[in-house]
Amino acid sequence: MTADGEIIHFDNVGLRYGTEREVLSDLSFTLFPGRFYFLTGASGAGKTSLLKLLYLAQRPSRGAIRMFGTDAITMPRSRLPQLRRRIGVVFQDFRLIPHLSAFDNVALPLRVAGHREEDLAGPVRDILDWVGLSDRIGARPPTLSGGEQQRVAIARAVIARPAMLVADEPTGNVDPDMSLKLIRLFEMLNRQGTTVVVATHDLDLLRKVPDSLIMRLDRGRLSDPTGALRYPPRKTP
Amino acid sequence: MVRRLFTARGAELIPQARMSGPMPWVIAIMVAMTVIALAAGLALGNAVSSAKAEIEGGVTIQILEPRADIRTAQARRAVDTIKTMPGIAGLRLVPQAELDALIEPWLGTGIGTATGSAIPVPALIDVRLKGPATPKALSAIEKALKPVAPSARVDAQSNWLKPVFDAMVSLQLLAIALVALLALALTAAVLLAARTALGTNRDTIEIVHLLGGTDSQVARVFQRSTGYDAAGGGAVGLALALVVILSLGRRFAGLGAGLVDNGALIWSDWLLLAVVPVLATLLAMITARLTVLHALRKML
Repeated sequence: MTADGEIIHFDNVGLRYGTEREVLSDLSFTLFPGRFYFLTGASGAGKTSLLKLLYLAQRPSRGAIRMFGTDAITMPRSRLPQLRRRIGVVFQDFRLIPHLSAFDNVALPLRVAGHREEDLAGPVRDILDWVGLSDRIGARPPTLSGGEQQRVAIARAVIARPAMLVADEPTGNVDPDMSLKLIRLFEMLNRQGTTVVVATHDLDLLRKVPDSLIMRLDRGRLSDPTGALRYPPRKTP
Repeated sequence: MVRRLFTARGAELIPQARMSGPMPWVIAIMVAMTVIALAAGLALGNAVSSAKAEIEGGVTIQILEPRADIRTAQARRAVDTIKTMPGIAGLRLVPQAELDALIEPWLGTGIGTATGSAIPVPALIDVRLKGPATPKALSAIEKALKPVAPSARVDAQSNWLKPVFDAMVSLQLLAIALVALLALALTAAVLLAARTALGTNRDTIEIVHLLGGTDSQVARVFQRSTGYDAAGGGAVGLALALVVILSLGRRFAGLGAGLVDNGALIWSDWLLLAVVPVLATLLAMITARLTVLHALRKML
């Protein structure tokens, strides 16, 4: 992180796929540690594209991005894994590995980070228990329902206690009770210092986290209804 | 610590189909062919060096004189002269009975009796030099024999077999070239297999990358998977090749020909053959690793 505590800083960032028009334009904002952000916008507004930039699945076509004090555009490719390990991601399409059990899917970030095998069982069972899947621990994704897969994906994203959690429509496939439970989990992580960015078009969800900041994307451009995202920020949160 | 992903559980990251895909069998065939080609090359090498060692210092002196009394006298004088020369390890005047036995398969026995005169077979002196039969050594013998046995003709024994040796060395080179080509083919096969596996498992690799997995971690998973296939295929290939080599060995042993007998494999040759599957496995693993690393560099 930089001296003023920012963890993400976008400066005039644009993104286009191939020779198409820009799907994201002139994005300039800063995310601070320990805050809870909602990213809203209509379908096709560019939410998923922005999240891809945030979890380093995509490089922008222009502009500058600093993440955790590092220039994410010019840094060598070999340093990407270290940065990615600080980011938990809940993909819209879950992206679970189909031939691995729920346990192994959730344990993957810990294994990638080099945790010892004997240290995995406890945390993985706890988190699966928390998302209500303790009885499905050995099930493979194709045998899980959409909601169950989503909960496994969420468990995988948070198991390594990331500095930033990025979730793309995390409550899209779960019932209202589970949706609330998941938001409470995100809030709990957020209270422990994790910056949370949730992309959603569920406006009810925004009301469930009163202290959250809202970023709204409209045809690839960002508006800032809470005033906290403006760069330079109007006030330090 | 990071190694954990690639040990017992790491291999699961990519679905394993041990010995059920085409790769192990391709490797088995390659290893079998390589071991057979190498065995052939080694056997030829052994035959050539053994035969060369045997005749390296051998010199044959023929007394080409049709009159028997003069031939015998010249042969005796030649033997006496050569005995006194330096660098001679041994010599032997081939007895008439042996000479008769040499031509007997073509002309039969009792030629002298049947025709009234014996066939003028040259007298032969078998000389062993302490060193190789170089042109210089031959020339010294010729010079020494000229006054005492003007009908003498001096030949290095290795000269007679030179075309055979040359042909055998060419075959040996061919075997080495075959081994090199098979290694290349194995590399190409593994390269294609690794690329296909990369394409098939692209989603998994992308997820592992996004979770913070390094190229090296992913490459090790492929390397390990390829290693299993190559080790299994290599063992099968070696077994197949050994069956072929032992069967061929028994057939050649039945020929009873000197050169073939000398071509038997020695223990170090068998050891080298046993190392082939190990080398093939290493080559396959290195190829898989480099292929995957190269492909991953193109991903973010």
